[in-house]
Amino acid sequence: MHETLTAPKAEPETRMAQVPAQLELSLQGALNLALDEILAEDPKALVLGEDVGTLGGVFRVTSGLAAKHGAERVFDTPLAESGILGMSIGLAMAGFHPIPEVQFDGFAYPAVNQIVCQLGRMNYRSRGTLPMPVTLRVPSFGGIRAPEHHGESLEALFAHVPGLKVVSPSDPQQGYSLLKAATRMPDPVIFMEPKSRYWQKGQVVLEGSGAAGTARGGAANDGGGSPSSSDLTGARIARAGRHLTLVAWGAMVARCLQVAELAAEDGIDVEVLDLRWLKPIDAEALATSVGKTRRAVVVHEAPRTSGLGGEVAQIITERCFATLKAPVERVTGFDVPYPSGDLEDEYIPNIDRILFGIQRVLEYKRG
Amino acid sequence: MQTSGQSTTAHGRAGLADAPRPPLSDLPSVEPVTGSDLVELYRLMTAVRHLDLAAISWQRQGIVPAYAPELGQEAAQVGSALAVDPKRDFVFPTYRELGVARACGVDMVEYMSTHKATWHGGLWNPAETHVAPIQAVVAGSVLHAVGWAHGQTLEAHGELPAEGYNVAITYLGDGASSQGDVHEAMNFAAIFKAPVVFFVQNNGWAISVPTERQVAGGSVAARGAGYGIPAIQVDGNDAAAVLTATRRAVAHARAGQGPAIVEAMTYRRGPHATSDDPGRYRSLEDERLDAGADPVARLRERFVAEGIADAAALNEADDAAAAEAERVRRGVLALGGRPGAEMFDLVFQEPTDELLRQKANWQAETEWHEESEHA
Repeated sequence: MHETLTAPKAEPETRMAQVPAQLELSLQGALNLALDEILAEDPKALVLGEDVGTLGGVFRVTSGLAAKHGAERVFDTPLAESGILGMSIGLAMAGFHPIPEVQFDGFAYPAVNQIVCQLGRMNYRSRGTLPMPVTLRVPSFGGIRAPEHHGESLEALFAHVPGLKVVSPSDPQQGYSLLKAATRMPDPVIFMEPKSRYWQKGQVVLEGSGAAGTARGGAANDGGGSPSSSDLTGARIARAGRHLTLVAWGAMVARCLQVAELAAEDGIDVEVLDLRWLKPIDAEALATSVGKTRRAVVVHEAPRTSGLGGEVAQIITERCFATLKAPVERVTGFDVPYPSGDLEDEYIPNIDRILFGIQRVLEYKRG
Repeated sequence: MQTSGQSTTAHGRAGLADAPRPPLSDLPSVEPVTGSDLVELYRLMTAVRHLDLAAISWQRQGIVPAYAPELGQEAAQVGSALAVDPKRDFVFPTYRELGVARACGVDMVEYMSTHKATWHGGLWNPAETHVAPIQAVVAGSVLHAVGWAHGQTLEAHGELPAEGYNVAITYLGDGASSQGDVHEAMNFAAIFKAPVVFFVQNNGWAISVPTERQVAGGSVAARGAGYGIPAIQVDGNDAAAVLTATRRAVAHARAGQGPAIVEAMTYRRGPHATSDDPGRYRSLEDERLDAGADPVARLRERFVAEGIADAAALNEADDAAAAEAERVRRGVLALGGRPGAEMFDLVFQEPTDELLRQKANWQAETEWHEESEHA
């Protein structure tokens, strides 16, 4: 895998001069660029975590940032996730905007006390006097044949915690725009990066001309094709369709787009809704899409039981019950520990399983 | 287990542990405590003693549902808190820090609100008082102190300000010292040379488990050697000694020398909380032998012995403390509940649509209920 680990050749000065700029970037490169711009725009922003400094992160998302923005603002911590999160909370109390990284999803577990009992509650406990503008980046989900605890999908755990917001980008544009949006929020955001998509390239329209949208909480430039700030708060239609809605996030969006192309060959016009925000979930977007298609399949990598698919299905049912043609179908991982690389293709929803899900919904007969 | 009167020194179990001593000499020396320091210590410790005993009564009277007494820890709490400046420093308490909060100027009715079940974190403003909200997870805020402290060095861009760094002081006990977060915090603090003081109140008990079965090696301060953090173990029932030790630790951190540990050997004379029953794990005779001399009485005896203040002045402080406790009682009684809307309003700075929907439903259903009760 290492031959694909190419850090982006960032040339921020010339890039910022382009109005509006558009680049072909991998998700990793887009996230790297977003962090670069965030650090330049927000003097209170800090990047911290294991190996994020000199090395630039095991996925190179923070590559070059310490050299450019200083070892004070982009720094390696000891190898202790609770420490990383606890320290970030204290830094936020001191007025900073920390962007900690937990190196892999499964290593968020050692930090659960700090994430659940502290990060998610400090604003509440302090009656709003100690806000927590912390964006926790978590390389997430499976698909890279990695060791145990390197392929977990924790969105349901995070989304269940009061006081946290959760978002997952599906492509380079989403990665760039959503990371900038998340870091401008005054509340804690868990930012789940689909690690299997880090090296997939796509066109990224950059925010503004380099001058707009610099203030924390300020709106992004709407003019150049880059998603405006109001476009970044909910779901997005990744592919429009008439017959059925596939609801997905993270790496499953690209897979659902593949499925949609295959289904189109059979005359089935599939809409793909990229949920993006897993908390809050964009209920209006779900209602609008499924109100139109009247059928829905939700796809996620996480185990099925108490997974976010159940929440999505309930939102759709509440809003579209009268017009639904079939119960909302779930195509998900299984209620098993995330398996070894040899079995992960069996575990992660694949094209066939999603197509079966679509078939079950289309063939559903009442009574 | 060696609890029942096995260590009956003059200081009881609050006496110093027989553990390897950390390098005291690494901390700067400070001016000796003055007569006015002692008077201030006594004034505050007396106020705290009255409030703490009164709070137990309030619980028995049904004014507050629960309370975690700090009886016997007045010297450790007031002595350490007087060593920091809440205008610039930041204090991270647990749930048993009445004395710290009082010494740092937190409004005592707002402090007691957490025990009245009004608001978990307490009603005082932590951003203004520089006293963090009540922390119910032992060792939960120790890492926050390290982060806040590191933030002070970042603000200074590595250059020690003329007035030194602002310092974080974080409170933990012998029980909390078993938590992994304490190790992470001490290690992080030493790595980042953060200006933070770990103030350990080793009060002999973590609810029902004695220090012997909690702290391997017998001393939390001794761990400092492993992290390269200078540490002091001090008689936690000697208010002047605690004040001096903590001032040394704060001076070290303020001067940019990094973290320090103070372990105050004290004794939890009361129950863990008003729901606890110490009779299940220690006898009254054990308590009598283990507790050592009462820290408030010890300070009072020193006044008389050294002629710092006469009995009339001390009685005046006692009367003022009693009057304050009564004022706080009235305040706690008068303290109303918070509006339910705050449940929703204070979760986020920017609430989600779903949360606003839940709030609207709650409001509508609550209003319906109230209207139907009137009808």
